[in-house]
Amino acid sequence: MLMKLATNFMGWVDKRLPVTDAWNKHLAQYPAPKNFNFWYFFGSLAMLVLVNQILTGIWLTMNYEPSGAGAFASVEYIMRDVDYGWLLRYMHSTGASAFFVVVYMHMMRGLMYGSYQKPRELLWIFGMLIFLVLMAEAFMGYLLPWGNMSYWGAQVIISLFGAVPIIGDDLTLWIRGDYVISGATLNRFFALHVIAMPLVLVVLVFLHILALHEVGSNNPEGIDIKKPKGSVKPEELSKFTFHKQYSGKYDIVDAVPFHPYYSVKDIMGVAFFLFLFCWVMFFAPEGGGYFMEAPNFTPANGLKTPEHIAPVWYFGPFYTILRVVPDKLLGAVAMFGAIVMLFALPWFDRGTVKSVRYRSKLHLVNLIQFAICFVVLGALGTMPATPTANLIGVIASFGYFGFFIALWFYSKNENTKPVPERIAD
Amino acid sequence: MSNVPVNNGRRRFLTAATAVVGGVGVVGAAVPFIASWNPSARAKAAGAPVEVNIGKIQPGQLIRAEWRGKPVYVVRRTEKTVNDLAKHDDQLRDPNSEKAQQPVYATNAYRSIKPEFLVALGVCTHLGCAPTHHGGDFDQFVEGVPNGFFCPCHGSKFDMAGRVFQGVPAPLNLVVPDHSFTNDGTLLIGVAQGDA
Amino acid sequence: MKKLIIAVTFGILCSATTLLSFNAVAAGPSIELDKANNDLSDKESLKKGFKTYINYCLGCHQLQYQRYNRTFTDLGIDEADGVANYMYTGEKTGDHILNSMPAKEAAAWFGSAPPDLTLEARLRSPDWIYTYLRSFYIDESRPFGVNNTVFKDVGMPHVLQGLQGVSTKDEHGKLSPAMGGSLTSEEYDVVVRDLTNFLEYVGEPNKLERKALGYWVLAFLFIFFIIAYFLKKEYWKDVH
Repeated sequence: MLMKLATNFMGWVDKRLPVTDAWNKHLAQYPAPKNFNFWYFFGSLAMLVLVNQILTGIWLTMNYEPSGAGAFASVEYIMRDVDYGWLLRYMHSTGASAFFVVVYMHMMRGLMYGSYQKPRELLWIFGMLIFLVLMAEAFMGYLLPWGNMSYWGAQVIISLFGAVPIIGDDLTLWIRGDYVISGATLNRFFALHVIAMPLVLVVLVFLHILALHEVGSNNPEGIDIKKPKGSVKPEELSKFTFHKQYSGKYDIVDAVPFHPYYSVKDIMGVAFFLFLFCWVMFFAPEGGGYFMEAPNFTPANGLKTPEHIAPVWYFGPFYTILRVVPDKLLGAVAMFGAIVMLFALPWFDRGTVKSVRYRSKLHLVNLIQFAICFVVLGALGTMPATPTANLIGVIASFGYFGFFIALWFYSKNENTKPVPERIAD
Repeated sequence: MSNVPVNNGRRRFLTAATAVVGGVGVVGAAVPFIASWNPSARAKAAGAPVEVNIGKIQPGQLIRAEWRGKPVYVVRRTEKTVNDLAKHDDQLRDPNSEKAQQPVYATNAYRSIKPEFLVALGVCTHLGCAPTHHGGDFDQFVEGVPNGFFCPCHGSKFDMAGRVFQGVPAPLNLVVPDHSFTNDGTLLIGVAQGDA
Repeated sequence: MKKLIIAVTFGILCSATTLLSFNAVAAGPSIELDKANNDLSDKESLKKGFKTYINYCLGCHQLQYQRYNRTFTDLGIDEADGVANYMYTGEKTGDHILNSMPAKEAAAWFGSAPPDLTLEARLRSPDWIYTYLRSFYIDESRPFGVNNTVFKDVGMPHVLQGLQGVSTKDEHGKLSPAMGGSLTSEEYDVVVRDLTNFLEYVGEPNKLERKALGYWVLAFLFIFFIIAYFLKKEYWKDVH
């Protein structure tokens, strides 16, 4: 009886909006390669953290006061006076760091298995745009508690724009809306952080997923699961039913429907992730001073710089690249260049073999040195600038950019291994 | 062919178990979001009991106190006013205060702890306007009743015990908030008699 | 493949560990701090610390984000007792713990206005507070005749001098035991530990609640993970 009612209702809706079709196309009959490994959890985890940030963010704005005079006190008000306000705030602050952990792992996955290569260039570009907007979002959000590190961190980053030739000084003035960082800056950052950036982010995530489902998911083997129509013997085809959008055009092999197979797997991943997340959130919400920096427990003071200004850890790699270049303009160029390189990655890589499993030893070494350099740069970014740290930073920066340059040279005629036709069991 | 080739009992059980435990998790996660809408410690501090010095109120005089952002009328009724309260019971909607518009300890003929002092929210039970106190000239609204409250918004009328007259828009008597008197005779609004 | 993951992870972990330990040395405090070893669940200690704070610190340092009644509840002080013994200025119990020192004049008296201490334990750490309060020494060149090894040229007098007495510093920077206070050195340490304990509590009043809730949440997620693991295994039988 109830089932019949539901069937009738969905029939009514489907005639007006293809809900069931969309469900099948993107979940229940979406062909996902059967060999996803550990690295493939981070996409859905990123989605989970995004939802967490949006929900807790909405709830925080209910008690936060975006003004120079009231911001710091309103955060303490949330931490003390609002029922469970402390939990909502820690969910948001821990979530910010978790977001970057997850996104960096997600990007690393893309690098390892060549998920940026043809035909997934646009998918990669959308992902990079998400990363860029996420950095802007995090940077603006970090000003809102109006602690002293918020203030000076923003001061340093906004000063970067002063490096732009000719209009630099006017540009920084325009961004701040004042001669110093002030309530005016705080208010515009608040507006962008809670409305503009999240809107853009959600749209980009939507496009990222649409683009993914258009070209299909890559996998650790880098072997395409869509074969030309008619090229596969019927008994070799995947035993599952897939949406006509996919099975009509291709012969699909070695695939499972995303739902239920990857939804149950991702639920398991979510449980594991939440365990680690809650561990940090409940027992070390300051993340050892990396997630919440100690100087932020005193209100913004334009006359008193913290002894050691460090950006939050997730900006570390790019901040170090900025810092090791002994010229303001060139430093800023190098920093933005580091991000531009990532955008251009699909064109630096001229190879056709996707997964590192079938590429040359050289590529493996290059990839490992890149990952190490990235972590080293990140760690250095949170440390005071000493001559030793600077030297290591220069070396790691060369490693970072060298990855792309070297890739461009060796990928043309790379000594790759033969890629199997099919994903082995 | 079905996408779920095997649908055995074990699978059904595990699916249900995950759904139930997951559901518990979602409910648990919703708790902080819902609880955060309760009045905060700041709101509670601002809504804390208010002390009113009643020593200086003249007989027949009304003073206003503010409690939880609402006006509270404190009237020192004369002996005559108190005695006259019973005379117009037939013109009232709820002369015996049967509707729970007052605490138990003020459910009596005077709707107060001490007959002398009326403590009532100055909020009309119709749409929330503040009724005006008419001392001596209330008979222009109700014949033969010299004192009372008249709401300027929609003409609701209340007597000196905050009881509503018939034939006006307001449905209920004025609310008598929790209140009590400390040993030295100070009025405490927001603390029930016996709790202080 | 396994080898690749292991290699990458190993490399990342090694470099991160090396750098972070390097960081601890590079950014670490220039002065060794003594361990406060305070216990947030010790309510008697917190009460004594609260009392010490009211008597010695509140005159200059407010706790502008902390309310009296919250403190009473958390420390197990009943309200009447709290009003009688911890509130001297006749505020309401729902009020923040404030003083009446005018900020402008205070800045003139001490060089800078005495900071609010609600978040001091989170800003500097309990160990810092514990060490700081035990590190005053005689320095006639300073306005109040004392200086501090942890906070050089501090603008504050040694308010607890009556309890501790005063120390002197030798040419190696070592403090000699304090003389002339009403407490022994051990008794003074206990007073400071209680005060530190109280300040750690005030920095984050819900710290114990947070951890207590954390154990439940982790236990729940562990169970959920187990169930989800078996669910995943059950479904994936179709594939393998």
